[in-house]
Amino acid sequence: MRVLDPVKISYRNLMANKFRSFLTILGIVIGVGAVIVIMAVGQSAQALILDQIKGIGSNLVGVLPGASDEKGPPAQAMGIIITTLKYDDFLALTDKKNVPEVELGSAYVQGTQTATYKGNDFSIALMGVTHHYVDVENVEIEKGRFFTPDEDMNLSRIVVLGATTKTDLFGTDDPINKKIKIKNENFTVVGVAKEKSSSGFGVSGPNESIMMPLRTAQKIILGIDHLSFLRLKIGNVDEIASAKENVSRTMRIQHDIKTSADDDFSVRDTASALNMLTNITDVLRYFLLAVGSISLIVGGVGIMNIMLIAVHQRIREVGLRKAVGAKNSTIMLQFLIESATITLVGGLIGIILGILTALLISVIITNFFGYDWKFIVSIESVMIAVSVSVAIGFIFGIYPARIAAKISPMEALRYE
Amino acid sequence: MSNLIQVKNLCKTYESEGVSTRAVCGVSFEIAKGEFVSIMGPSGSGKSTLMQMLGFLDRSSEGDYFFDGRNTNNFSDDELAEIRNEKIGFVFQTFNLLPRTTVFENVELPLLYDKKFSENNTEKVLQALRSVGMEHRKDYFSNQLSGGERQRVAIARALVNDPSVIFADEPTGNLDSKSGTQVMKILQKLNDEGHTVILVTHETFTAEHGKRIIKMVDGSIVLDQPIINRRFAVDGELLK
Repeated sequence: MRVLDPVKISYRNLMANKFRSFLTILGIVIGVGAVIVIMAVGQSAQALILDQIKGIGSNLVGVLPGASDEKGPPAQAMGIIITTLKYDDFLALTDKKNVPEVELGSAYVQGTQTATYKGNDFSIALMGVTHHYVDVENVEIEKGRFFTPDEDMNLSRIVVLGATTKTDLFGTDDPINKKIKIKNENFTVVGVAKEKSSSGFGVSGPNESIMMPLRTAQKIILGIDHLSFLRLKIGNVDEIASAKENVSRTMRIQHDIKTSADDDFSVRDTASALNMLTNITDVLRYFLLAVGSISLIVGGVGIMNIMLIAVHQRIREVGLRKAVGAKNSTIMLQFLIESATITLVGGLIGIILGILTALLISVIITNFFGYDWKFIVSIESVMIAVSVSVAIGFIFGIYPARIAAKISPMEALRYE
Repeated sequence: MSNLIQVKNLCKTYESEGVSTRAVCGVSFEIAKGEFVSIMGPSGSGKSTLMQMLGFLDRSSEGDYFFDGRNTNNFSDDELAEIRNEKIGFVFQTFNLLPRTTVFENVELPLLYDKKFSENNTEKVLQALRSVGMEHRKDYFSNQLSGGERQRVAIARALVNDPSVIFADEPTGNLDSKSGTQVMKILQKLNDEGHTVILVTHETFTAEHGKRIIKMVDGSIVLDQPIINRRFAVDGELLK
């Protein structure tokens, strides 16, 4: 028997019952399409998030208050405020005697505030940073200047605006030396940061923020004396591991801690942050994939149902084929190839529709939400979709095909 | 002359919901190559059951069946499928052509299941169609044909593998008498060319086109004798 004969037979049977075939295939189309869309959107979202981390730079070591598991999110991410990280720690860590690998670093405090200019209120992310911030995060200043070392600690009432905040508050006006109000205090704008490509959600970038000197933010706005976190730039990427060692050791001395089990801080580098976020987003992707797969299983049950009907409708055909010499295994194979053909056709249509949907989503997100959203459809996801749909045809086709194979030719020919 | 078919005490019992029914019992006979045997009997006499066993569409419950000198009792399903494919051709009352399939493809069907698949199948199919006078319809779909034409296609399909035996189960039962005559004429011609033909019918007139008659009543053979005044199908003469 030629391989293509069952394919031809199934094509004819599909064409003979067009509407029924359409409904049968639709189940698989939706299932495969959903899986393709989920995989594509998931990958794009993952790429978007990871690109932001990469935009910060891969040679950064971060120190966060509170202990945490290396693979899990830091305690702060759960909304817990920990006050153990201090400016003294920052000074100790940026001292080459303690951590020789450190080139420079910046300390951070964060908060959400309302900024007012000419009666317009805007909710902004406030970042109190030290003067090396621009070097640590590779932020460029488009206009004006950034803070000087002196301004870190002398309570200067000055701010540098992120690109988005500048547009929100000032529109096209030149903001330099203009005054804005935050918490009823006046601040002079001394600079505007250049827009950074890695913008969006996840890690707070400079675009949506207002930067002010660390001490100013701590004392005048937030009323705190601890740090949210600090970031250290390591000269050589290969030294990140030893830098982390030295950072931990220094922190334990600073905080009088005997063993690592008692740590009240966490040391992270962007590589492990990337790993962590990859893990989290992978879990989300697989979860969505599992949800999408349910529709494939439902589609498969539809295939089984339709193949059972087909076996009964074509019982005389089965009898005749056996009468002219078809073996049980040949009949079984014929029905299996038929169901696999149905699911393959459904799978291919589903892939096309899925890719088009993912493309549409990326166009909408890029144009209406302004994210740097990449349209990604991996070859793997297409290959998985094709093989899964064929596999579903085989798996859900086995039972009907076995029934067909077992029919006695005599009874099949007598069947009315 | 060697026997193509030899059955000894063949029985078939059907089990249905605990009640067993004997359709055929204690049947013994031999059929030699080149015979034209009509198996005759009223409905329920077991003639169709007998044909199905002889054609390996069904297994006997008891007794022995020698085909070409080999006892087939212990043959597997696959071996039986092979015999049906290579040695046997079936012609059914209801034609059993595949719908939505051309005449050519219907006739080709047995060749597709032949292990000795070869590329000159086309010639074999056309040859078979030629011998039933249906070559001009080869690209028609089976449902575009009249009953008589369908049965001729079915005969071509039975012929295409050059089988040892052609089984015809009431081949004229669904046909008008003119088409019936044509079918009988073809079967007689095939027999003249050396094919063994086994015809199952309940009509005496049709049965008399054979060379030997086996009459069955209630699952047993009541008569087995040569036909003395054999009828010959002639175009234009009608089957009664």
